[in-house]
Amino acid sequence: MPRFESVDHLREYRRQLMARQDLKQPQVLVCAGPGCLPMGSAEVAAAFKEELQKNGLDGKVALKECGCQGLCARAVKVLLRPQEIAYQHVTPEDVPEIVEATLKNGQVVERLVYEDPDTHNRLVRKAEIPFYQGQQAIVLRKLDVIDPESLDDYLVMGGYRALRKVLTEMSPDDVIAAVEQSGLRGRGGGGFPTGRKWRIGADALDEVKFIICNGDEGDPGAFMDRAVMEGDPHAVLEGMIIGAYAIGAQRGYIYVRHEYPLAVKRLALAIDQAREVGFLGPNILRSGFGFDIKISRGAGAFVCGEETALIASVEGFIGEPSPRPPYPAQEGLFGKPTVINNVETWANVPEIINLGADWFAAIGTENSKGTKVFSLVGAVNHTGLVEVPMGTTLRRIIFDLGGGLRPGREFKAVQTGGPSGGCIPAQFLDLPVDYDSLQSVGSIMGSGGMIVMDNTSCMVDVARYFISFLYEESCGKCTPCREGLKQLRFLLDEIIAGRGEMEHLSLMEELCGTMSSASLCGLGQSAVNPVLTTMKYFREEYEAHIRDKKCPALVCRPLLKYTIDPEACTGCLACVRECPVGAISGKKKQAQEIDQELCVKCGLCYEACQFDAVKVE
Amino acid sequence: MDAQRLESILSHYECEPWDLIPIMQDIQDSYSYLPKDELQEVSQRLKVPLTQIFSVATFFKMFSLVPKGRHQVKVCLGTTCHLRGGSRLVESLSNRLGVEVGYTTKDMQFSLETVGCLGSCAQAPVMMIDDKYFGRSSVDKVPKILKLYK
Repeated sequence: MPRFESVDHLREYRRQLMARQDLKQPQVLVCAGPGCLPMGSAEVAAAFKEELQKNGLDGKVALKECGCQGLCARAVKVLLRPQEIAYQHVTPEDVPEIVEATLKNGQVVERLVYEDPDTHNRLVRKAEIPFYQGQQAIVLRKLDVIDPESLDDYLVMGGYRALRKVLTEMSPDDVIAAVEQSGLRGRGGGGFPTGRKWRIGADALDEVKFIICNGDEGDPGAFMDRAVMEGDPHAVLEGMIIGAYAIGAQRGYIYVRHEYPLAVKRLALAIDQAREVGFLGPNILRSGFGFDIKISRGAGAFVCGEETALIASVEGFIGEPSPRPPYPAQEGLFGKPTVINNVETWANVPEIINLGADWFAAIGTENSKGTKVFSLVGAVNHTGLVEVPMGTTLRRIIFDLGGGLRPGREFKAVQTGGPSGGCIPAQFLDLPVDYDSLQSVGSIMGSGGMIVMDNTSCMVDVARYFISFLYEESCGKCTPCREGLKQLRFLLDEIIAGRGEMEHLSLMEELCGTMSSASLCGLGQSAVNPVLTTMKYFREEYEAHIRDKKCPALVCRPLLKYTIDPEACTGCLACVRECPVGAISGKKKQAQEIDQELCVKCGLCYEACQFDAVKVE
Repeated sequence: MDAQRLESILSHYECEPWDLIPIMQDIQDSYSYLPKDELQEVSQRLKVPLTQIFSVATFFKMFSLVPKGRHQVKVCLGTTCHLRGGSRLVESLSNRLGVEVGYTTKDMQFSLETVGCLGSCAQAPVMMIDDKYFGRSSVDKVPKILKLYK
């Protein structure tokens, strides 16, 4: 690619790209997002490559491995353009049929398209599928169109047009004013107004300033930032370059978890490409403005998602938070003003510049503007990434887009905000989702994880899970968090083990109060939310564990008993092989028996049994 | 100490104190652990006390002070994986490999670890061996997955 010497040069290059575009060219887009990758998307793409070659179509059909197409439940997904045919559950074995029927003869392979669970109608096109209706894509817009490794693809989709506009038509102050006016708030969870943060950074008098993209998406159950970094890395870069221009920063860092190796690779490639053509480096597009970005790989610590801890680790220290104020925008990395925003926040910026602050501010609710990407997972039928306008109700997201729960299952709660969030019960399903409403019911927006739980989930176990997670991840610097989590875990363990007392509940409430008011950073302050919300909304479950020594959801191990139904057991010995303590015995092809003295209640036999012969009570 | 190997890592950096974590990550990736001699050399070159290096090495999960196995088995224990039996998956792997979480098999083939979240929540439970993801890896799929690496 050429090095763009001016804004006009870039405009001309894009014009030529557009002229070369063949809109009728058949395209095969294999989803390689976080949901499809573990289900074998690379093998499907390889099969397409081979089959296209075999049929002499490799020059005529464009094959791309693109970012997340949203509906992870139907992995591996393949989108055929221009007809917009959405194939689902594609395996390498299906590929020859797709090539033969669809690419060569223009026919739809019926068995691979979406089947409506109620009407059994086959829905061929992506836009017809209920999961996608009601979504509004701003951040995810380009994910299922572009090849994430192609800068040309990004340019064709209007990429770096916002940068062009900013450098030629807008002063740094104009940019900040636009972001302020748009009402954009931090998508990492805190919800701090982005424009205000930028203003503080811009007003700081230091000559050296930094920008950081927080891609340390540590909340379990959240993968929207991973999808954006892997699927549309240039959008993040463009947002950051615009932010740097507005604030007057010379250097930027993208902090990515090392658990996301593909995101690291894609961002590194995008940075190289941007440097090569002159979007990064000194004198960007000959505007006199210079800025460069470096990747900083996380080393595996949840607390580094907290901004002051993140800064400490970029400086080469362990990830311990420090008290605020001073806020990083005043005094951050190496003591210099540092504006930190989350991946999704940065990715919104180019669109706000392109389409205008008013357009953005017209989407969403009064105090929460724009859209939010949620990772809708857990007990719903249509798991995946959804992007909806702020203010969409939980019911609409979970039941209309998410397709509700599996037959025979009952909605129990939806967990938002990761370990800092809470469990929201059915009575609040009609709650419009925005920053303020989620807080009003004891949870938070967080980074956008939305985990649906049904009657097979135990809320005491869920609370214990989050407390145990945070106990492991607490940096240990301040006492309320370090010791509070330890004690909370102890009390929850007692309850789960059947040794709980009713007084434990009030003790836990007291601990939560201290932790939320006295912890140093957000990790400890909000750690209490999973406990408080489950105790408030699902008190009867705690009482069942304590009073009746029973786990109604059949989850908490010490309160369970495993037996084998001699009628159903075929004596295949699958359970015997799985049992870690040798508690199962019996002759081959005859019913087996579990020795209750030896049984550690791990449930491996239950999972290994293909005949539903292992019973749990 | 493999001086050449360390030099080629250090050559990518200006060896300022804030290069510490990236350098340690490169050493971890290249050696599969952080050898003592190398860390001492890094300490001198970056003018960072060895105590700080030790605190970083023990604070972050990706670092190991003992050699790791040829294959890194990571089991996700994110919320969705937890609800879908992630801990049973860990136990099954632990039984089959004959190794506790956080340790390496005697033949140095596999290291078993758990991870907060791998970000493939829609396919829970998820595990990863090296850079390859395995979705919906219930206990009964474990033997088949391990076979690919044995």
